[in-house]
Amino acid sequence: MNAPQKPATKKVINESGIEVKPLYTAEDVAASGGMEMVGEPGQYPFTRGIHREMYRKQPWTMRQYAGFGNPADTNQRFKYLIANGQTGLNVAFDLPTQIGLDSDDPLAEGEIGRVGMSIDTLRDFEIAFDGIDLKKITVSLTINGAAAILIAMYLAMAEKRGYDIKELRGTAQNDILKEFIGRGTWIFPVEPSIRLVGDTIEYCAKEAPKYTPVSVCGYHIRESGATPAQEMAYAFCIAKAYADDAIKRGLSVDEFAGRLSYNFNIFGNIFEQVCKFRAGRSLWAKIMKEEYGAEKPGSMWLRMIAAGGGGGLTFEQPEVNIVRGAYYALISALSGTQTMALCSYDEAYTIPTEYSARLSLRTMQLLIEEMGMTETVDPLAGSFYVETMTNEMRKKMEEIMAETDAQGGIVKMVSEGTIQAKVSSQAYGMQRKIESGEFPKVGVNCYRNEQEEDHPVEFHPYNEDDARVQIDSLKRIRAERDNTAVDAALTRLRGDATAGRNVMPALVEAVKAYASVGEMTKELVNVFGRYQEPIRF
Amino acid sequence: MNATERRIKVLLGKPGLDGHDQGAKVVARAMMDAGFEVIYTGLRQTPEQIARIALEEDVDVISLSSMAGSHLPFCRKLKPLLEANGLTDKLWVIGGNLPAQDHEALRELGFKGIFPSGSKLDAICEYIRKEVK
Repeated sequence: MNAPQKPATKKVINESGIEVKPLYTAEDVAASGGMEMVGEPGQYPFTRGIHREMYRKQPWTMRQYAGFGNPADTNQRFKYLIANGQTGLNVAFDLPTQIGLDSDDPLAEGEIGRVGMSIDTLRDFEIAFDGIDLKKITVSLTINGAAAILIAMYLAMAEKRGYDIKELRGTAQNDILKEFIGRGTWIFPVEPSIRLVGDTIEYCAKEAPKYTPVSVCGYHIRESGATPAQEMAYAFCIAKAYADDAIKRGLSVDEFAGRLSYNFNIFGNIFEQVCKFRAGRSLWAKIMKEEYGAEKPGSMWLRMIAAGGGGGLTFEQPEVNIVRGAYYALISALSGTQTMALCSYDEAYTIPTEYSARLSLRTMQLLIEEMGMTETVDPLAGSFYVETMTNEMRKKMEEIMAETDAQGGIVKMVSEGTIQAKVSSQAYGMQRKIESGEFPKVGVNCYRNEQEEDHPVEFHPYNEDDARVQIDSLKRIRAERDNTAVDAALTRLRGDATAGRNVMPALVEAVKAYASVGEMTKELVNVFGRYQEPIRF
Repeated sequence: MNATERRIKVLLGKPGLDGHDQGAKVVARAMMDAGFEVIYTGLRQTPEQIARIALEEDVDVISLSSMAGSHLPFCRKLKPLLEANGLTDKLWVIGGNLPAQDHEALRELGFKGIFPSGSKLDAICEYIRKEVK
């Protein structure tokens, strides 16, 4: 029934624009640059992995994206996931929190606790992470526009609980440049936004040296319409922009580069994806060593979460997404990732239920426990196809990075909206290809069910009461806290922001005084202004 | 489209705080290719802003793209504003992540065209062309 039309002789070009041959031999490997960049796992240029033993020593961290309602609801979900074998947390915040609005802001109405948990003050973090051992379970905060504030809040919460901040591990997404391209939780204009990222890098390098303040995301650029090669190339351009800012502040590359990390997507063609990761690992190592003069191996490591895959999931025949997710997990394992997470099969519809989140966890656990995916490092190495494609993907990424530089660099292109226009034009092209059947999607343009059954998706309930509870709690905190201390901290914040000093110490002080996310954001908006989105087609 | 026919003018808005604009931009391009004039608002529009732009631009179609679940509270606020501005004779359309159980409520709020994720671009454009006379 309705299989896609695919003549056998048709030329195959992968999404990144590289031709895929029906057969690869040693000659192809040699012609593409040979085995020179392959090396050994744990050694420069790290194509085969950043560690010698990889998963034999420790399997990837499993970190499903989770959070909804108020902090107490989310705390329960965290504990459920941990009880089911999850080894890290990946925190989802609601949109008001992500763009720096308090729960009682009129613009927050109808959005509180909807796509993540609602956070106003330090009290909320205390509740959200209550009873979770932050040494055993590392926490990744998916926060960007308001990242400096929430990093300060996380460090303050951990300190209050008695953890040594110098030893504290954890990650914040904190990649604002990609928010201008896709995802859209920006607050401030481009330049002060980059400065804030720099403030967090500088502060963490000195005060919380094991904390990862930035996870540069190719992920959302890919979701917005980028090819796999562009995804990685643009992410590297963005990471370089942050690194350049840090170096301008007088940090040496080895002081901060080891704490940069990445977030990449895993949907698409298995081999193109795996080669993307192998290629990217060696390209990033080369950039850090040759362009930035990094000496520590850790500064050259492409540490990453290879996860998600939302862009590949379909609204049609949602249960088929369970199988897609399993293949995406395989891609992630073969890519040598440090951390894995999967979009759950119902995520084209709703935030995951406990059931679907657990299925995603089980999918990853199968690879570890039953499929032998942790036994041997980089098992695809030496394949004529994989080594050739890895070389070709690396070349493609280098070309894209050179083109970006030639057009004035990533910061300029993002500011002007040219990257946004490019990827959205590609997304449109891809949607047309899917609708015409040229790009096969099972259940969408081929193998459709004769009669589409009712979707068996159970909706995660949205609790209208959560908003009221959250607003009441914020009002209570505002009444109970020492408002003189809050005012003093906010005044210091404004002063430091205006004077161009690092705002992190003032944010930590304000957070500890229970200043709210909205209050701190307002001070910064008064100094920095708000971003105006360039609309370009 | 013959020469005397006026181009259909569409407001395509991103309501609320949702930052997922990939779909909205894809639909905007499809509408432009279909010959419509498209006013794309960009992110984070309030109900007041949507109503004001619809009035000022004298559009034929008021369309929204919502991916983050706040479509019902938003449309409840938007409806009286559109009514107060005399925009009830325009075609109101909404697309995005819209669960089937919400469609009836959206229709009652005046959204005649409902295009959940998975809708085809040509279907959206054909619907608008048919409904705007």
